[in-house]
Amino acid sequence: MANKEDILSGLAEIVNEETGLETEEVQLDKNFTDDLDIDSISMMTIVVNAEEKFDVKIPDEEVKNLKTVQDAVDFIANAS
Amino acid sequence: MTRKAVITGLGATSPIGGDVDTMWANALAGTSGARPIEVDWVEQYSLPVTFAAQLTNKPTEVLSRVEARRMDPTTQMGLVAAREAWTHSGLNEASVEPERLAVAFGTGIGGVWTLLDSWDNLRERGPRRVLPMTVPMLMPNGAAAAISMDISARGGALTTVSACASGTEAMDTARRLIETGQADVVITGGAEAAIHPLPIAGFAAMQALSKRNDDPQAASRPYDTDRDGFVLGEGAGAIVLESEEHARARGATIYAVLAGTGVTSDAHHITAPDPEGMGASRAIRAALESGGIQMDEVVHVNAHATSTPVGDRPEYIAMKSVFAGHIDNVQVSATKSQTGHLLGASGAIEAIMTTLAVYHRKAPVTINLDNQDPDIPLNVVHGQPAELPSGDIAAMSNSFGFGGHNAVIALRSY
Repeated sequence: MANKEDILSGLAEIVNEETGLETEEVQLDKNFTDDLDIDSISMMTIVVNAEEKFDVKIPDEEVKNLKTVQDAVDFIANAS
Repeated sequence: MTRKAVITGLGATSPIGGDVDTMWANALAGTSGARPIEVDWVEQYSLPVTFAAQLTNKPTEVLSRVEARRMDPTTQMGLVAAREAWTHSGLNEASVEPERLAVAFGTGIGGVWTLLDSWDNLRERGPRRVLPMTVPMLMPNGAAAAISMDISARGGALTTVSACASGTEAMDTARRLIETGQADVVITGGAEAAIHPLPIAGFAAMQALSKRNDDPQAASRPYDTDRDGFVLGEGAGAIVLESEEHARARGATIYAVLAGTGVTSDAHHITAPDPEGMGASRAIRAALESGGIQMDEVVHVNAHATSTPVGDRPEYIAMKSVFAGHIDNVQVSATKSQTGHLLGASGAIEAIMTTLAVYHRKAPVTINLDNQDPDIPLNVVHGQPAELPSGDIAAMSNSFGFGGHNAVIALRSY
């Protein structure tokens, strides 16, 4: 099971690849929509890439609950 | 008084140059853009044709990585050309009302790479791996939409799809938008990124492509007795079309007037041109008529001339029926000999060449014309560029597409 630090840095790389945001900007308290300006299409791409990277399933109905980077890191940590 | 549509900006990314200046210099010098396709799928699928006229500069060298990720190569190329044309025109978001700014862009196929890559992903890795951007990336209106967003064009973003006539047909749409007063500025043109194994296999299956694999640079040879098919090309061309009044008010350089356009359909055969060139000659006449141009004012034609054994002659017959004895005075350039055939972008690239020919009074060369087909006795520019007369001149560019689509533009010097 990956620790939360590794999940955060892995997630930051995925966000960077999709949006061009610097990895340092992807911090736990950031809201994907309001702070990082990630639209729903990019969010789905990030989710699918995270599933592959961390070998987890993130159901579509769960994605709307992943409001902050912390939410995503916690979900992936618990699911893996 | 009719509003005139004038050309104030040009942009291109092509197999003979990644911008207009480079492309034009190469077109005057006579440069082949054809070269072997150096990717593994050529061998993997044992394709019968192993070369194409490929871009000199990849759009990913110009666009940011994030921009490029969300666009099919067709859209990437269209955006690169449109940005150059926009910058060249000197326009900015403050100098035209967004609601008076439109886009009219053509493509023959659209996002073929995205469509087929996504299909591979679905089959090999399942539906979860079909990315959410798949549909907006594969849609044929992708380039028009991306360009409209880039420059905040809110006066309509239209797409013409008529195979190899698409780029020229887009200019017909653009001219109407300006002349009827619906828009002050239109970015028009075409984009195509179809150097993919499937279109190559399909075009080869219909015996449309040259199979001169051992000598790609000699493969595209319009009007030559040894022509054996067209060479697939890729790229995009963009033109800023503007009402004369709007262009003059801001002191813009006017390169030519898009005086007239003609669009007709053969209703004859899905791929073969009407052997008498009836649809093509009607399109040429319509372009002259709508432009108020007498046929003996035309000094230069950038011909469709793809280098197929069956296609080049009907275009000659059509031109001969319109120009009669004046045909000998018309300097004809077949620039697909250099660029290959860019399908839905070809008309856009050739409209740019025609604009520059009118502006600089030089017609670009036709390469690989070693033995001119005696059944096509046109005055073909080859060896070196032809000087065009001073004073008021007119020039035309023809495009024809599978489906029996004929589209022609007529330009006037300004």
